Amino acid sequence: MEPQGRTKVVLLACGSFNPITNIHLRMFELARDYLEDTGQYIVVKGIISAVGDGYKKKGLIEASHRVEMAKLAIDTSDWIKVDTWESQQPEWVETAKVIRHHYKELVSEELNIDEVDTVKYTKRRKIEETDSTSEGLFSYPKMRDNVPQLKLLCGADVLESFSVPNLWKPEDIAEIVGRYGLVCITRTGCDAHRFIHQSDVLWKHRKNIHVVREWVTNEISATHVRRALRRGQTVRYLLPDAVLSYIQQHGLYSAESEQKNAEVILAPLQRYTGPSSSS
Amino acid sequence: MAARIPLVLLACGSFNPITHQHMRLFELARDHLHQTGRFHVIGGILSPVSDGYGKQGLVLAKHRVAMARLALQSSDWVSVDEWESQQPDWTETVVTMRYHYDRILKRYREGTGKDSGPTANPQPPTSSSPRLKLLCGADFLDSFKVPGLWLDHHVEEVAGRFGLVCVSRGGLDPERAVHESDTLSRHRHNIFLVREWVRNETSATEVRRALRRGLSVKYLLPDSVIEYIHQHDLYTRDSELKYKDALLRPLAKQTEIPVLSLSD
Repeated sequence: MEPQGRTKVVLLACGSFNPITNIHLRMFELARDYLEDTGQYIVVKGIISAVGDGYKKKGLIEASHRVEMAKLAIDTSDWIKVDTWESQQPEWVETAKVIRHHYKELVSEELNIDEVDTVKYTKRRKIEETDSTSEGLFSYPKMRDNVPQLKLLCGADVLESFSVPNLWKPEDIAEIVGRYGLVCITRTGCDAHRFIHQSDVLWKHRKNIHVVREWVTNEISATHVRRALRRGQTVRYLLPDAVLSYIQQHGLYSAESEQKNAEVILAPLQRYTGPSSSS
Repeated sequence: MAARIPLVLLACGSFNPITHQHMRLFELARDHLHQTGRFHVIGGILSPVSDGYGKQGLVLAKHRVAMARLALQSSDWVSVDEWESQQPDWTETVVTMRYHYDRILKRYREGTGKDSGPTANPQPPTSSSPRLKLLCGADFLDSFKVPGLWLDHHVEEVAGRFGLVCVSRGGLDPERAVHESDTLSRHRHNIFLVREWVRNETSATEVRRALRRGLSVKYLLPDSVIEYIHQHDLYTRDSELKYKDALLRPLAKQTEIPVLSLSD
């Protein structure tokens, strides 16, 4: 198969990364292997996007630390990058909007490559005006053939979370799986297919959902890592040594930090439920 | 309260290749032993098996030792020992333990100044002298049940004289393995079961499988080891066929011994 005949893909992983573990990094490797093995795709980039502090998840430490740890973790990777845009937003940003933002970034990157500098500048201005000035993040970017496809990389738990009431807007789910696509890493295989089967919108876009089987059972969760850390137990080899040193230097995960946002309702639930829901 | 007993952990295995999970066993075991309040873990030894073991897909000991060295560069308390790997034939685990225990005691006596003079006598270790325990995964306990793999008096010596630290993973049930063996349950006070709450089943078998299929193994083992594997083109379809139909050396060797023992 000719590489030029393949579709370029950028993988985007959104999450807390509180803290990043080897499993998060493994997901990128597994997804790339899977997509490239189909013969249809070439994975050109991976993006880690940490959620902002406005997400209000219990035990979520400051974004600056989570981003710094992610940067340390991807230091040895030549294709995964950390992006700070989402983590710097004052309010929680819906995943669909994060994807739109990154797609627009890809469009302007493509223009940077294609055009001579002077032309590029005006062209880019034009793109930005038409794509974002009118409604900003609320507008759908125009899909372009010469721009890599952007796919959301996630675990099976994200597929499952689509059915949790008030966590996702239905139109956001449709946009994510319909316009972009999902790469879902799962340990058991059957679960992911069941979630797709049980959801009409996922089933409709099933061809846009790649289910990747993780054969090595590996349940390193960030929750487990935080629990071990605040109990003074070892987490070595579950995350990169550089991240572990950073955690120790900054005394990051403790009983106190785990109580952060303890009584607070998760931002998406706050936004989509209750009388204050206006959007 | 009595002083903590110094203790060295020894892990025997193929390490074909070493993975993060192997190194994590040491960390978990040390945590657990320290939490008992009775022991102070003063070192860890990783001892790759020799080529004589004859296990399918086993690459040369010099490579397995080199990879383990690279992996443990970042550890300040676990080191690789190549004595076992350099033996021409497979060495029984208990023999490897005796070798390391002698060395540890010798170093201890030299360090304390005891027994260095002519009055030295080969006394049994005192309560403050270091101990050596075998570090293993839970699947190892099940291997005691495999007919012909272990000699009874070897199990007795490993569990009774030395002791075991066994880290359980996944669905394995180490308590059952101890319960179902008379020898192991007699020495259960000398068997430390450590629970690994994270299910983490990175096996070297899976790593080799991924490597020969050209799939990524990054983050399952250190980058330096992956680089070494690629440089030396270590795990391929051909290397996996090595010793394919060979009888595992312990099975061949142990069956010879009962015959010999008829004469003594």
